[in-house]
Amino acid sequence: MLAEEMAPFIGKNVGTIACEVEKGSIKRFADAVEETNPLYWDEEYARKSRYGSIIAPPGFFGWPVKLPPGQTFQRPTDIADPPEAMDEMRAVLARAGYFNVLDGGIEYEFFLPVRAGDALTAKSIIKEVREREGKSGKMAFVIIETSYTNKKNELVAVQRSTAIYR
Amino acid sequence: MAEQIYWEDINVNDELPPLPKIATTRMLVKWAGASGDFNPLHYDSALAAAVGVGSPIIHGALKRQWLVQLVTDWMGEQGTLKKFACSYRAMDWPRKMATPWTPEEGETWQCKGKVTNKYADGDQKLVDCAISIENGKGEETTRGAATVMLPNRG
Repeated sequence: MLAEEMAPFIGKNVGTIACEVEKGSIKRFADAVEETNPLYWDEEYARKSRYGSIIAPPGFFGWPVKLPPGQTFQRPTDIADPPEAMDEMRAVLARAGYFNVLDGGIEYEFFLPVRAGDALTAKSIIKEVREREGKSGKMAFVIIETSYTNKKNELVAVQRSTAIYR
Repeated sequence: MAEQIYWEDINVNDELPPLPKIATTRMLVKWAGASGDFNPLHYDSALAAAVGVGSPIIHGALKRQWLVQLVTDWMGEQGTLKKFACSYRAMDWPRKMATPWTPEEGETWQCKGKVTNKYADGDQKLVDCAISIENGKGEETTRGAATVMLPNRG
């Protein structure tokens, strides 16, 4: 039974990553979305705002982004805590017949604005795994919870992303 | 930017100003570079066909950011996004480019939102919204919810 095999993975750390929030990366992110809010790139405008400096759109936490190694810009020095538990979990899922993965969705709680110049730490754990019989066969939902903290160790945001394996 | 909205003036069932978006193959390339998501499902036609999605699909996270923009544009600079969630219900395919600068004719996506609850939590004045994206056929492909703290007119 998948639930039993997955139980040891719940709560496991699957990576701790240092994320740099650079002005240029915020600007490119906002541009790709076709954002129109000058808070994300206009220093003069942002200085006069209640934030006092450029902020990132909610949902952007700097570089490198939280994706599996090989799927994004990551150098070995970016990964403080390699995500071996993730590879082991994927192996268990593959043995249970789950090979394909889709992005199912995301949940955020935001506690502090993310500012250009911030250096965040993103720590991820496997929060939950559940299996369901869908119209097109069985599916496994894997929820990864990521906590972002700043240099003062304040909690900036919590993210829960759902990967659907099938 | 639109004018600042205030908590007192918001009512349940108010609609957020819709945000139209046109995803193009070009936008997906920009998003891949800006977001760091290099999954070939979003740019490699042969791989997309092989895994059964036809042609490269729009990144879920790009649709997520459209919805973030819908809410943050509406709440204004004095508003604060407290919670946000969305799930991807169906796949979407970008328009191809007709020229290096202009997309082909095709779908326009509509990001929509509606106020579902208005309440106070201590001194925080909050509003919940249901949010969604409809494709060119009017089908909902992404659905979510957001909680926003708004300023008082007071």
